[in-house]
Amino acid sequence: MAVPTYATPLERIWHYAYLVICGLIFFFLIAPIVVIIPLSFNAEPYFTFTDRMLSFDPEGYSTRWYESLLTFGMQNPDATGWAFWSDAWNNASWVKAAKNSIIIGVFSTLLATVLGTLAALGLSRPEMPFRRAIMAILISPMIVPLIITATGMFFFYSNPCELLGILGLPTECGRLAGTYLGVILAHATLGIPFVIITVTATLVGFDQSLNRAAASLGANPRTTFFRVTMPLILPGVISGALFAFVTSFDEVVAVLFIAGPDQQTIPRQMWNGIREQISPAILAVATLLVIFSIALLTTVELLRRRSERIRGVTPH
Amino acid sequence: MANALDPHAAIATTATGLADGRLRTADGKPLARALARSQSRARRRAFLLVLPLLAFILITFVVPIGQMLQRSFYNDGFSAHMPALGQWFDENPRGTDPDEAAWTALATDLEAAAEARTIGIVGTRINYDVPGTRSLFTSTGRQVRRGIEPPYREALLEIDEGWAEPRLWSAMRNASTPLTGNFYLAAVDRTRADDGSVVQVEERQRVYVMLFMRTFWLSLVITVITFALGFPIAHLLATLPMRKSNLLMILVLLPFWTSLLVRTTSWMVLLQQQGVINDILVWLGVIGGGQRLQMIYNQTGTIIAMTHILLPFMILPLYSVMRTINPSYVRAARSLGATSWTAFRRIYFPQTLPGLGAGALLVFILAVGYYITPALVGGSSGQLISNMIAMHMTDTLNWSMAAALAALLLGAVLLLYWVYDRMVGIDNLKLG
Repeated sequence: MAVPTYATPLERIWHYAYLVICGLIFFFLIAPIVVIIPLSFNAEPYFTFTDRMLSFDPEGYSTRWYESLLTFGMQNPDATGWAFWSDAWNNASWVKAAKNSIIIGVFSTLLATVLGTLAALGLSRPEMPFRRAIMAILISPMIVPLIITATGMFFFYSNPCELLGILGLPTECGRLAGTYLGVILAHATLGIPFVIITVTATLVGFDQSLNRAAASLGANPRTTFFRVTMPLILPGVISGALFAFVTSFDEVVAVLFIAGPDQQTIPRQMWNGIREQISPAILAVATLLVIFSIALLTTVELLRRRSERIRGVTPH
Repeated sequence: MANALDPHAAIATTATGLADGRLRTADGKPLARALARSQSRARRRAFLLVLPLLAFILITFVVPIGQMLQRSFYNDGFSAHMPALGQWFDENPRGTDPDEAAWTALATDLEAAAEARTIGIVGTRINYDVPGTRSLFTSTGRQVRRGIEPPYREALLEIDEGWAEPRLWSAMRNASTPLTGNFYLAAVDRTRADDGSVVQVEERQRVYVMLFMRTFWLSLVITVITFALGFPIAHLLATLPMRKSNLLMILVLLPFWTSLLVRTTSWMVLLQQQGVINDILVWLGVIGGGQRLQMIYNQTGTIIAMTHILLPFMILPLYSVMRTINPSYVRAARSLGATSWTAFRRIYFPQTLPGLGAGALLVFILAVGYYITPALVGGSSGQLISNMIAMHMTDTLNWSMAAALAALLLGAVLLLYWVYDRMVGIDNLKLG
C-alpha cells in the first residue's frame, strides 16, 4: 500500500502516522506474548527485568524455573540418572498434568472430529432439512458462556441418568464427573463447533460432481468417501481437529467443575498456580505453551495453503 | 434432461407408454413419485449423517443446560420435606394467622425432617429468602427430636422466639410449592414483602442489576476498543500485497492461538505494581517510584486483558470483508473530487459495515460471558455476572440463584446469537 502520487502533504503525514499507529497496535498484540519468554529465564523470583538481566549478565539468567517445573511434586528430586527421570515421569505434578492434557485432548479431539466431520458432510448437502436450525444448535457450545455450560455439565455429569426417571428407568448409573470419560465428553462438546465451522468451510468449495463421477465409475459410497471426498477435505478436517485440540488443551472452566483430582490438566494446574502463589514457574509453562502454539499455527497455515491449492482456489 | 452423471438419470429416461398421460420411469413408476422418493431418501441420508452429532450435543449440552435452568424456578427443598405444613398452607389462604393446627404441622414436620436428616436442606431453602434462618431450623429440629409437649406454639416459641416472625411464615408459604419465581425476583434485586407484593431489596443488598449493567457496559467498552484497534489493522492487512499481509497476519493469529491463561498471565505480569509497565514508566520518569499505577485487580485490568484477548475476533471478520472491497470505488470518489476523508467516510466505511457488525457482535457475545480473565485480573470491581454465577455454584451453594442468573445471561446471549444469525449467518463464521 503506497501513498498515491496525487496525495497532499497532509495526507502523506497522515499515512505515515497511520503506519505508526498500526505498528503500535501490532506491538500491543504481540508484546505481551513475547515478553514472558525472557522473563521466564529470570534468576530472581521477580516478574520484571532485573538490572542484571538488562545488562545481559549471564548471572541474571537461569533455567531454575524450568527445573522447578520438573521437580515440583517429585518424591526425591535429588536422585540422579534413571531414578530421577522415572520419579519425574510418575510423580511430578506438571508432568502428570501434561499427560492428562494430552490424553483428554487426543480422545476428545478424535470424538469431535469424527462426529463433526460426518455432520458437516450432511450439513453441506443441499437436501439437508432444517439446516439453519440444526447448524445453530451445533455451533451453540461456542457461543453459550462457558460458565453456564460448565454449570449444566456439573449437574448432568454428577448423575447422567437422572432424566431416565421420566421413562421409568433406574435413575442411578454412576458418575461421569471425576472420570476421564466425563472430561473427554465435555471437551468434545466444546470442540465440535470448531470442527463444524472449518469442515463446512472446506466443503463450500467442494465439487459434488466428483462424487457422482466416482459413483458412475462404479465406486460404492464408502470407496467414494475414502478415495475421493476425504483426501480433498482432509486439510480442513485436520485444521478443525487442531482447533478442537487447542480448545481442549486450553480449557479450564469445565475442568474446574467436573474433573476430579486425577484429571488435573495443564490449564487447571496454571489456574491453581495463578490464584494461589504466582511464581515465575508459571512463566516457564507459559513459554512452553507459546512455543507449542507457534508450532500449531504454522501447521494450520501450511494446511490452509495446501487446501487452497488442491481445491484450485487461488490464495486470496 | 439430466446428464449422464446425475444419480437421478436412472429414473428420468423414457417418456413412452403414457397410458394416463403421466411421465414414467424406465421401470414404469410415475416419475413424480419416483423423484419424490429419491429426494426424501437423499434428505434422510443427509439427516442420518448429522444425527449422531445432534444427539450427542442434545444429550451432553442442551439437556444439561435445560436441567440446570429448571433449578431456577423449581426447588423442592422445602415442599418435599415438610408435607404437613404444606397441606395447612393449601387449606388456609394467605393472610391467615397460624393456628394451633399450623404449629402442630410445623412440629411434626420438623421432627420428621430432623429424624430423616433433611432439616438442613429445608433450612437452606428458607435461608435463601430469610437470611440467617438455617440454624433456626437445625437447632429447633434437634430440640423437637428430644420431644416437646403441646401446645406446640408455646413450645416452639420457647425454643426460639424467631418462629413468631411473620416474614418467616410468609417465606415458608412461598416455599411450600416447589415452583417459584423468587429466584428470578432476587436476580433483579427484588423480593416479596410479607404481604406477597414485589418490592426492591434494601439498597446495600442490590448487587445483581448493577452487575448485569457492569457486564454489558464493560462488554460494550471492550467492543468499541477492539473496533478502534482492529479497524486500522484489518485495513492495513487488506490493502498490503499478499506476501507482506500474510506475514503480518501471523502477528494477529499468534495471540489467537495462544492459550487464554498464558495471555492472562502475561497481562498480570506486565500490569503489576512491580511489573514491567510500571517499571518502564518509572524509568522514563513519567511517574515517581512511589506512585506506581494500580492497573490490575480492577476494571482497568479486565478491560486491557479482555481487549487483547478478543481483538483477533474483531480483526478477522473485518479483514475478510475488507479484502473483497474493490479499491476502484475509492479511487473513483477521489477522481470526482472527494477528499480522502470524504471518500473514506462515504465510500469505504459503509462497505466495511458487514464485517464490523459480525466482529462487534462476536466480541460482544464472547465478552458478556467471560469468566476466567475477570476472575484472575478483575479484583472486585472488575467482576462480571459469570463470576457471580460461579460464586453461587461453588461458595454459597445457592444453585437455584446461580441458575436464575444463568438463565437471564443465557437469554441475553441467545438473543444476540439470533441477531448474529439473521445479520451475518452462522455459516459465515470464520476462524483464521
